[in-house]
Order: sequence, then structure tokens, then C-alpha cells
Amino acid sequence: MKAPDFDYARPSSLQEALALLAAGEGGAQPLAGGQSLMPMLNFRISTPEMLVDLSGLPELRGLEQTPQGLRIGAMTRYCELEAFPDLAKIQPLVAAALPHIAHDAIRNRGTIGGSVALADPAAEMPAILLALGAVISLDGPNGPRDVAADDYFLGYYETACEPDELITSILLPKIEPGDSFGFHELVQRHGDYAMAGVAIRSSGIAPLAGLRIGFFGVADRALRVTALEDALNGTDGTDIAGALSHLSEIDFQGDTKITAETRAHYAGVALKRALKEMLT
Amino acid sequence: MQTHLTINGTQRRLDLDPRTTLLDALRHHLGLTGSKKGCDHGQCGACTVMVNGRRINACLTLACMHDGDEVTTIEGIGQPDDLSPLQQAFVSEDGFQCGYCTPGQICSATAMLQEISDGWPSHVTSDLAGEAELTSDEISERMSGNLCRCSAYPNIVQAIHKAAGKNA
Ligand SMILES: Cc1cc2nc3c(=O)[nH]c(=O)nc-3n(C[C@H](O)[C@H](O)[C@H](O)COP(=O)(O)OP(=O)(O)OC[C@H]3O[C@@H](n4cnc5c(N)ncnc54)[C@H](O)[C@@H]3O)c2cc1C
Ligand code: FES
Ligand code: FES
Repeated sequence: MKAPDFDYARPSSLQEALALLAAGEGGAQPLAGGQSLMPMLNFRISTPEMLVDLSGLPELRGLEQTPQGLRIGAMTRYCELEAFPDLAKIQPLVAAALPHIAHDAIRNRGTIGGSVALADPAAEMPAILLALGAVISLDGPNGPRDVAADDYFLGYYETACEPDELITSILLPKIEPGDSFGFHELVQRHGDYAMAGVAIRSSGIAPLAGLRIGFFGVADRALRVTALEDALNGTDGTDIAGALSHLSEIDFQGDTKITAETRAHYAGVALKRALKEMLT
Repeated sequence: MQTHLTINGTQRRLDLDPRTTLLDALRHHLGLTGSKKGCDHGQCGACTVMVNGRRINACLTLACMHDGDEVTTIEGIGQPDDLSPLQQAFVSEDGFQCGYCTPGQICSATAMLQEISDGWPSHVTSDLAGEAELTSDEISERMSGNLCRCSAYPNIVQAIHKAAGKNA
């Protein structure tokens, strides 16, 4: 099957791109790396009248360390992040997760903004943004605004970004001395979307403190379970049976691959493994 | 829609429907049928080509997104009378059976060896800061986006080792 007929534009400024989106009245759709959108067009899941290619917008580029943290332009490709000097020291969680996202050829095109905009429930980046307490910067007809990751992921492919808005950049707050991180995902084949996964940030180990745990591949979106985090804070993270009971707050989804029950089990396994790795 | 591409060193001007993928532009409009279409959805890697030196799936990108870009296909990597070292190694090591995945494998491996010499880490690289060592696991990991339905994997890995100058 082939994509429906559409027009294509490659604006050269953010203002121009936003004007095209506004003029499209919902019929214009941003195009970033195309690694998710191209199949969606070919399956006719997406049927835009116009694609607005974001690759020519200087405002969406840039990857730099600021006093607040790592600012990632929305059009930063996964491969550019992978090649960023000392990424494993600056943002260990991102460095740990990147190799699990698809394969090299896809990471050469796919962008961070595209992943966060799409908000696939099984994608790694949204959960990492939750764990790190990231801030997503948007721009649109009513001007720029910042949205905390906690308020951004709303439901199944649904986010706080309006159809006439664009993600311009994402800020990953600077890590503090003593911070530790954990990441684990269960997949059928390396590079696939996860059947369940977790990204963890803790501001200490033994005891764990200020935990933020982003789950992905479990429900309709990436999410945190604060009761579970509270139950683990102040503990050494070895006896987690009680904390795990809070996983029942998640509305686990089944699909053609696995049932909701199996997914719930996998979420617990991923959490245990990530914690174990963090604590050893 | 007018698109200018440099393909295997030659400038080409195309007038295409914006829906045309780079893969369809190569195969249907330029007669470069070396790049293969396995799935058309980014799942198999048969369509892998290099754009500005980076490997990408030609089925997951529109030709018009690449105005001004340099594209290298299997035809540009080598010809029957002038094979690249990787192409020679695929022949000598039996790196294929039906051959359908082979152009994608070779384009992918050509770019992959470049990535390694540029010092990019991978999932199995133990020391993220250190120089990537070319083990068989490392090759398999970095080639994970290229499927081979005939499962010629051991010989593909062997061929890549050979071309990289490190016989396993
Ligand atoms: C075989 C395969 C395996 C994959 N495996 C994984 C995986 O394991 N984990 C994973 O996370 N992903 C995976 N992906 C998806 C890949 O990471 C995508 O590239 C990514 O999710 C989307 O990024 P993109 O730049 O390609 O966005 P596009 O496909 O171009 O766009 C995606 C959506 O976001 C919108 N959009 C893009 N940029 C913006 C912006 N700046 N502002 C507002 N809206 C915007 C578009 O309109 C579209 O709706 C896989 C893809 C393939 C083909
Ligand atoms: S045809 Fe492009 S990845 Fe399969
Ligand atoms: S040789 Fe037949 S698909 Fe690889």
C-alpha cells in the first residue's frame, strides 16, 4: 500500500513552519525523521494533506550543555546523541537506552523530538524523560511554553502538544553527584519495541531516595507510579515485594504478542533487574 | 516535485510525486534495482543505502527529503569487474544464498565499518569510552537491522571480518 496524496513543504524557519501548520487547520503534519511516520502514511493510519518537513529549521537543531542541563533540539537524531562526547557521564540513562532503540540505520534518521511527539507507549525516550524530570519546550500560535514530562504524556499516542504546535527542544536536567540510574527492558529481539521496561533515577543508593521510575511498554503511555516510588524510598531496594503490589495501579494492556497478565509480570521483572544492577 | 540528488557520484534531477520513497525513486525512476524492497516498512534492511555517508533505510524516507544529498547504492560501491573488498569477501566467504538481502547487507556493512573506525559505541561494546573491538558479537549487533531470510549470518559475519582485515 502507498501513502495517500499529500503536498510537501520544507520551510526554513520555525515561524514559517508554524504558519504552515496553522494554515493547514489540522490537515498539515510535521515530518521529522520519518521512521514512524513513513510506515503510518503507507498504512494510511495518517492521512495528512501536507507534510511539513522540519529538517530545515535551525531553531530545532542544537545539542548543548547548559547550566540547567543537556538541551536537545527536537531535530537531534539518535545517532547525534550517541556520538555526543561523554554522554555516558553527562546522561548515563540516555546512553544506556540508546542502543536499545531500533537499529543503526533507523537511529541515523529518527529524532528525539519525533519520538517524544509520537509518544509510542513502548518507546524508551518518554520513560526516560519521566525518570529524569525533563522539560519539553513547545512553540505554537499562542507562543512558546514549557511542559514538565509529568504533565506531557496523556494517553495512547496523546500528548500535551497541540496539532498546531511543535516541540522545539527538550531539557534533561543536570545530574547531581550521588545520582544513580537503572535501565532494563524485556524484548523479543534486540532493537524491538519493549514488552515492558523501566528507567530509574535515584538521588542515592542505600538508601534509595527521591526515586523517579518511568515505566514503558506497559500501558497506554509511559508513566510513573508514585506509590511504588514512595514505598521504595528510604529502603536499600533489596526487598521489593511490598512495593511491587503498587504495580496493580497500572492498567496493563495486552496485545497480539503478550497478555496483560504477562506484561504485568514482566514489568516487575524489569524493575527487579534494573534495581539489582543499580545496587551492585 | 523537482529533486536534485547526487547518486553514486552522478548528479540526477528528478521530477517526482512527493510520495515517492527514495527506494522507489532508485528502483523505478533511475533503474538502480540493486537496492531491494523486502518489507517497505523499515523491518528488514534490504533497502539500505548510504546518504551522506550514513546508512539508512531507503524505504523509510521520501526522495524529496534528500534534495542536494549524496546517495551511494550497491551499484556505486562496486561493479562485477571492480568489486569492493566487502563484495569480494561476500563472494569468497559464501556470504549469501539467494542474494536478496545482500546489497543491503553490503551497504550496511560498508557504513558500519566506517562507524567503527569513527569510534562509535554499540550495545555490546563493553567500554563505552574505549575503542570498539570488532568481535563477532559486535558485528552481529551492529548489523541487527539487516535480516537474512536464508540465514547466511555466520558467513556474513565471516565476510565482514575478512574485509575488515581481521579473519575470525
Ligand atoms: C523497525 C523499527 C524499529 C523501531 N524500534 C523502536 C524502539 O525500539 N524504540 C523506539 O523508541 N522507537 C523505535 N522505532 C521508532 C523510531 O525511534 C522513530 O524514529 C521515532 O519514534 C520517531 O522519530 P522520527 O524522527 O522518525 O519521527 P517521525 O516519524 O517523522 O514523526 C513521528 C510523529 O511525531 C510528529 N513530530 C515529529 N517531530 C515533531 C516535532 N518536533 N513537534 C511536533 N510533532 C512532531 C510527526 O508529525 C509524527 O506524528 C522503530 C522504528 C522502526 C522502523
Ligand atoms: S524494504 Fe526497507 S527495511 Fe525492508
Ligand atoms: S541470502 Fe537470501 S535473504 Fe540473505
